[in-house]
Amino acid sequence: MNKLGFYPGCSLEGTSREYAESVLATAELFGVELAQVPDWNCCGATAAHNLNRALSLALPARILAKALDAGMKEIVVPCAACYNRLSVTQHELFLDEKLRRETEEAVGLPLSDKVEILNVVQFVERYIEGQLPEKVTQPFGSDVACYYGCLLVRPHDVLQFDRQEDPQAMDRVMRLLGANPIDWPFKTECCGASLSIGRTELVAKLSGRIVREAEERGAGAIIVGCPMCHSNLDMRRPQINKYLGARSKIPTLYLTQAIALACGLDKKQSGTRRNFVKVDWNALRNS
Amino acid sequence: MSRNINPHATVDPECLTPAPEPHGRHSAHFSASSLASQASATVGVDSARCYQCGKCSAGCPLADEMDFTSSAVLRMLQTEDPAADRELLTSQTIWLCASCEMCISRCPMQVDIPKLMDFLRQRSLYEGLANRDARRNIVAFHRSFLDVIRLTGRSYEIGLVVDYKVRSGKLLQDLTVAPAMFLKGKLALIPEMVRDRRGIKRIFKKTDE
Ligand code: SF4
Ligand code: SF4
Repeated sequence: MNKLGFYPGCSLEGTSREYAESVLATAELFGVELAQVPDWNCCGATAAHNLNRALSLALPARILAKALDAGMKEIVVPCAACYNRLSVTQHELFLDEKLRRETEEAVGLPLSDKVEILNVVQFVERYIEGQLPEKVTQPFGSDVACYYGCLLVRPHDVLQFDRQEDPQAMDRVMRLLGANPIDWPFKTECCGASLSIGRTELVAKLSGRIVREAEERGAGAIIVGCPMCHSNLDMRRPQINKYLGARSKIPTLYLTQAIALACGLDKKQSGTRRNFVKVDWNALRNS
Repeated sequence: MSRNINPHATVDPECLTPAPEPHGRHSAHFSASSLASQASATVGVDSARCYQCGKCSAGCPLADEMDFTSSAVLRMLQTEDPAADRELLTSQTIWLCASCEMCISRCPMQVDIPKLMDFLRQRSLYEGLANRDARRNIVAFHRSFLDVIRLTGRSYEIGLVVDYKVRSGKLLQDLTVAPAMFLKGKLALIPEMVRDRRGIKRIFKKTDE
């Protein structure tokens, strides 16, 4: 049994509960134990780095310090936004000694750059991918559109993860699940992110273009690794449909939901019962 | 520094002008009081490196909505005209930028526009110049978000939405999705809290600008 650190972040405890459910169910199925970073806090998200730089470094720094203190060498961070904030913080603090000392002083705990931060795809590549051939019992049969969004791949200099214009890692995993990932130009376009509440109509437009493109190219589902992308593409669907002037039916699945379904887990374990746009597994799987 | 070179860049930035110092140096090109030199000094983004190719604006998903596109922002900074600086600090652009990082990923000169946008937002709040419309929606939302974290250490949707409604005055917006979210088990009625709330308070206090 592999034991890893786990930072769920706020979304996974609230609006993206299905993501947490599918991550935990998948981890268990593949023999990985995920232990939460003790007494973790919010990473500060967009609000902190928009309004207060020092705070936007100190909040993620506390999380990293808590993980270090608990002896965690790797932490799995399924939320792409949290993954991005934690990675950028670690990068900036270890480029700039003065900034690091100031941040340690604010947090009141020592920091190190030894905690490895894994996004959901890296977690799957490292601990799940190798066992997929034996564990997939109900393969996909449909086309899917892998949508990476912004925060998994950019800034490339810091994250050093996959190609920034045409990433492939999720496509590869989906192929192992039997799906056919389509080639499309919206893989890393922005969904509108945190403008969701302040300027919902802009999110409807940006996310609407993504949904339309995926549907027109014949994909049966959009596959994501970010709760912000998921809620914009799934929960904001009524606004998207209004923008498109059409009723789009394509569901949005987290990568871990797709793995869970292909490995025979049900709606409850995969969390797909909580998706707003109905996930019709019979239409997606190979039958 | 080798990690900071963009492998997809069409021009090697180091051939043209010296790479910017990461932090804490004034750019030699600007006078100390301009916004451009403050950006260079506080966050290490040197606007002089921009040669106006326009690739950033071409790829920006929000360019259509902005009053000044990203390349226009750079040009305005380069002029060091106090009137242009003021226009930037009162613009919608700086609040519409979604920090998607598309611009810097395509910029041949590695100008860190997202970091520059963060700097401009904070400067505009500090000087009390933030755009009126943005203050009522986007800034109100960010402020509400931080209010909730200050109190509980974590974000909490119901608290956030209530706080936001008070700040923005938009009492009806988003009420339509709440019942459905509740039925799907996506709205917690009781906030999850960090136990060490003194630690969180300390962070907010020490980073208060
Ligand atoms: S892409 Fe870079 S160099 Fe080109 S206009 Fe934008 S900031 Fe300037
Ligand atoms: S980070 Fe901001 S300015 Fe740059 S492309 Fe994205 S929205 Fe446009």
